[in-house]
Amino acid sequence: MTDLRIVERTVENHANKITARGVQVHYGDKHALKDVDVDILDKTVTAFIGPSGCGKSTFLRCLNRMNDTVATARVKGDIRIDGVDIYDRRVDPVQLRAKVGMVFQKPNPFPKSIYDNVAYGPKIHGLTRNKAEMDAVVETSLRKAALWNEVKDRLQDSGTSLSGGQQQRLCIARAVATSPEVLLMDEPCSALDPIATAQVEELIDDLRSQFSVVIVTHSMQQAARVSQRTAFFHLGHLVEYGETGNIFTNPRDPRTESYITGRIG
Amino acid sequence: MTDLSLQSGARPVDWTSDQAGLRVRKRKAAETRLKLVGLSAIAVAFAMLGLLLWSLVSTGWQAFRQTHVTIEVTYAQEFITPGNLARSNYRGLLEATMLELVPGATDGRRVAAILSNGAQFAVRDRIVADPSLLGRTATLRVPVSDPYDQLWKGLIDRTTPEQNRRLKNDEIAAFDALVAKGLVSSPFNWALLGNADSRFPEQAGLKGALWGSFYALLTCFLLAFPIGIGAAIYLEEFAPKNRVSDFIEVNINNLAAVPSVVFGLLALAVFLGWFGMGRSIPFVGGLTLALMTLPTIIIATRAALKAVPPSIREAALGVGASRQQVVFHHVLPLAMPGILTGTIIGLAQALGETAPLLLIGMNAFVTAAPGTPFDPSTALPTQIFIWADSPERGFVSRTSAAILVLLGFLVMMNALAIYLRNRFERRW
Ligand SMILES: Nc1ncnc2c1ncn2[C@@H]1O[C@H](COP(=O)(O)OP(=O)(O)O)[C@@H](O)[C@H]1O
Ligand SMILES: [Mg+2]
Repeated sequence: MTDLRIVERTVENHANKITARGVQVHYGDKHALKDVDVDILDKTVTAFIGPSGCGKSTFLRCLNRMNDTVATARVKGDIRIDGVDIYDRRVDPVQLRAKVGMVFQKPNPFPKSIYDNVAYGPKIHGLTRNKAEMDAVVETSLRKAALWNEVKDRLQDSGTSLSGGQQQRLCIARAVATSPEVLLMDEPCSALDPIATAQVEELIDDLRSQFSVVIVTHSMQQAARVSQRTAFFHLGHLVEYGETGNIFTNPRDPRTESYITGRIG
Repeated sequence: MTDLSLQSGARPVDWTSDQAGLRVRKRKAAETRLKLVGLSAIAVAFAMLGLLLWSLVSTGWQAFRQTHVTIEVTYAQEFITPGNLARSNYRGLLEATMLELVPGATDGRRVAAILSNGAQFAVRDRIVADPSLLGRTATLRVPVSDPYDQLWKGLIDRTTPEQNRRLKNDEIAAFDALVAKGLVSSPFNWALLGNADSRFPEQAGLKGALWGSFYALLTCFLLAFPIGIGAAIYLEEFAPKNRVSDFIEVNINNLAAVPSVVFGLLALAVFLGWFGMGRSIPFVGGLTLALMTLPTIIIATRAALKAVPPSIREAALGVGASRQQVVFHHVLPLAMPGILTGTIIGLAQALGETAPLLLIGMNAFVTAAPGTPFDPSTALPTQIFIWADSPERGFVSRTSAAILVLLGFLVMMNALAIYLRNRFERRW
């Protein structure tokens, strides 16, 4: 995982999953995101880095239309997933969010049982026909989130009774339970201790085989460890985007270089 | 620049100096003073509460006992019309019984007045239930009338000059004769809970008021709870945040502060005036109380909804729940304990509310408990109001007793609210 060259090689043959063109976001009068163009590849981990307040979360939340729930937010531009404009009037944002899963900064399991946490998404979208199917979905999701072995005997315990790292993996299991194609993660490790962080990072690497993963992180080491492509945001602009190895070893923009070397941010 | 600021604040701090010690002592003295002030405030509050309770209990406890006389009634042919048991001369029967019981008594009416006015009905009911008693003797324990009840409880001072005393010497002597025979007892006053109102204190009870309050609160709850929660959910979760919703919010807060008598006037004008609903009806009382409780429930519900952390909403939205699903699957269940607590406290307020009920006539004199929410009745607070206004001595202690009953219900409701809050608080 630390060997960037191996990672680089796998990148090349994947197709575009998300295409964003000219994305602008305003919160009331505040221009939070300015003209962002980006292509996110399938089966790839893409990291968004940049100083805090630069618009990483804002852009991430455009990809599953979570910004729709913010009254002051206005989104302009064109975002397509598999060529479909997700801001088209025919696209249902609620269904989109099942297709584009999201994991948040602070682990936020529902105060319900572990089972119900994972089963909630499939249940409201009617993805299973009976209890046996649901059991199977719950098990696969927990396995994908590398949590199954730890919780298989206590599925009826409250999700909030788990440790922080387990809670975050439960949230990942909950997000993958609706079989999304894209998984968005907004600083998923910032509330975790180093051991839990390592587990989640390892998990992210596994998830890449099935999803297109977009991860916001404030830790450049993390971006280097888990991602194949990195986008650097600064003051609402997408400054530089490319293969992670290139961004870190050979940045083209002086702002990227200053940030990576620790001079801004 | 860093050097400069270091130099300008350059006075070295000596944490062991006398001034430092003085500052610590001053701070500790201030903390001690604050603690003392707080403790004395609590002490004063508790003293007031204790005083209130003591005065209520010391006058009210007597009302939980009622003096009774045990008499042997012989259903003689002379007084009883066999074909018309319901309307025989029970008054005469009792007078005869009492004349026999009190040695040297001549005035039958005067000695029969020892017994409650209700005694004749007790005697009647007994034989109506068992007609074979005709010509035979039955033993009955009947309440005594209010003045004798007072005498037995020691509330009439025997040393008062006769002309200033409610009971004259011969009346006291007659009663003492019964006492000497061991016929007088004072068991628990079941009438206080089992009877409706009466002109005679010894027969007056809270049954009508309890049922009236129950029906009114039931109506209030059934109306205010769903409407209040519905309004709160809409305002908090779905309404666009604009001037209209601000205006509504301000007005709901204002409504919560409107004096209850105003709601009473409104109910009088609208429910009784326009809709022609009856006076003294618990259902109408419940409608009125619902108007009052609604803002309380709306405010409590909104607060409880607001207290649900946004992370839960985000989590649900993130897996593709619609806003409605977010509210009904996650936010509302988590807010429910808070909502219930607020509702119970609102209902407890409504239970004690008097003014609006007075205005719709729930202070009527009704001697039967309501069978349905649509029969006229009183409610607990208005019953207290009526009794407090009554001249008979016996109502003094009964007023306090009724207040104790009301307080008992309030304490129970608040305890339930606290229990719910502690039981379900903060599960996330
Ligand atoms: N809900 C909101 N309302 C108003 N301004 C917001 C909101 N969310 C984010 N912003 C602003 O948008 C800018 C970008 O925020 P964000 O995307 O959260 O940055 P970050 O890169 O740290 O994730 C910040 O200046 C922030 O203050
Ligand atoms: Mg952020």
